[in-house]
Amino acid sequence: MSETVTKKLMLFFPKCECEKPIIYHLVKDYNLIVNVYRAKVTPEEEGFLVLDVTGTEEDIGKATDYVRTFNVSINETGKGVTRDDQRCTHCGHCLTHCPTHALHIADPQSREVVFDESKCIECLACIRVCPFGACTSAF
Amino acid sequence: MKTYAEINKKIESGKATVLTAEEIIDYVDKKGPAKAAKEVDVVTTATFGPMCSSGCFLNFGHSKPKIRMTEAWIEDVLAYTGIAAVDIYLGATQLRHGDPANMYPPGEFRYGGGHVIEDLVAGKPLQLFALSYGTDCYPRREIRTYFTIEDLNQATMVNPRNCYQNYNVAVNCGEKAIHTYLGRLEPKVRNATYCSAGQLSPLLNDPLYQTIGIGTRVWLAGAQGHVYAEGTQHAGGCERTADGVPSEGAGTLALSGDMKKMNAEYVRGVSLRGYGVSLALGVGIPIPILNKEILQRTCVRDRDILAPVIDYGHDYPQKTGRVLCHVNYEQLRSGEIDIEGRKVAVGSLSSYHKARSIAHLLADEVRRGEFLLSEPLAKLPTDTTMKPLQIREKPA
Repeated sequence: MSETVTKKLMLFFPKCECEKPIIYHLVKDYNLIVNVYRAKVTPEEEGFLVLDVTGTEEDIGKATDYVRTFNVSINETGKGVTRDDQRCTHCGHCLTHCPTHALHIADPQSREVVFDESKCIECLACIRVCPFGACTSAF
Repeated sequence: MKTYAEINKKIESGKATVLTAEEIIDYVDKKGPAKAAKEVDVVTTATFGPMCSSGCFLNFGHSKPKIRMTEAWIEDVLAYTGIAAVDIYLGATQLRHGDPANMYPPGEFRYGGGHVIEDLVAGKPLQLFALSYGTDCYPRREIRTYFTIEDLNQATMVNPRNCYQNYNVAVNCGEKAIHTYLGRLEPKVRNATYCSAGQLSPLLNDPLYQTIGIGTRVWLAGAQGHVYAEGTQHAGGCERTADGVPSEGAGTLALSGDMKKMNAEYVRGVSLRGYGVSLALGVGIPIPILNKEILQRTCVRDRDILAPVIDYGHDYPQKTGRVLCHVNYEQLRSGEIDIEGRKVAVGSLSSYHKARSIAHLLADEVRRGEFLLSEPLAKLPTDTTMKPLQIREKPA
């Protein structure tokens, strides 16, 4: 069996695709382990979903091709939560509120606050506590 | 021994030796204080954090026909007009008209005076709406227009209290989370917040106000401003360590500067959930190394500076005066402090990262001969304390 990898994806479901059990097929047909961080259906019946998928590169590739056969768009780099480097003043107020330490100080000399997106579980605590509005959610 | 004039002469000729308050520590360790005091001319200090007691005077010039503004709003944020016809004062903590505040707690406070000040410095077009009762000389009763900072005659930042010498570390001993000006504090002392640049902070590097006084030229968000008075709540007669370093709030500075020369990166609106709006400012102050004693005071380290840990769940609002314990800034910056035998996670509202960059920017300006030092016109008092407000019956 080839090596498995984990990728974080953000999916956008337009109105017509919201009722299809697409994630079920990722598990059943493409052997992926899915870990959903956050999902939302808007009043306009559009949907957002941020999840980790774990599987072989080949299975993940086939699965994303499958997802794309619907009108669902996949953002493989974009995340639900982003930190605006220009707005951030590196005060460090978020540090005690970020449960996974995705927001952390890497260099104790410069005391720059770094955002490690791969550790972010999208709890949105940073959005509530940031005094400078540096953190925002895509949905 | 050096004089201000001698140091300024070296600065003007581009030959001044300038180090930041962080760099000076290792430098003195290596060279020794006597040699370093001879070699170093200026040590730069800095801080970047929310400074609520900030605001600005703006003069709009006259419309045709003229108005004498009696009420005015910029981007729906109320400004004080009890000054002259087209002069206003806009305060950093003023909420926007219609903001529900803490009606449904915790309020978000997305936009207010501090944000208007940031937008103004950033050169954005802003809406002015003003009303008047009309007079023979100022007949206009209402005005709505858009302006940028360039359109104003003067935009002068006037901050009654900045650069708090030291500050509380806030925790919450209560059973429910609270929202304070030091951020969200989790119940049962689960987190702590501090707000000081510590070893880089201006007044911690000149704890007895030997060089920083009224008239001192300062770097205020990129502009060259001044200390115009002791800051409000200045309490030089505070608790101090044997080295003279305050272990509580202590001194403050009243600062002023030309907003047209400021950089918006260092003038930032602040939204504190459940509390209100404010303004974060970057301030840098150069300390002239006039003698060995002044130099040695700039070598203060985070581990030498103590801050009081206060319960904002009860003791702070009820003014009990209780201090849970003292911790130093080295402990605070480690991200974890020990309170009554428990490890508590620490966050900050003051950006050491930005303070550091300001100290370097100012050092470069001094080295290039662009920033001269000014000798204070008057000293800040070291013997005053902070008075409480008494609640009294009307005197007979």
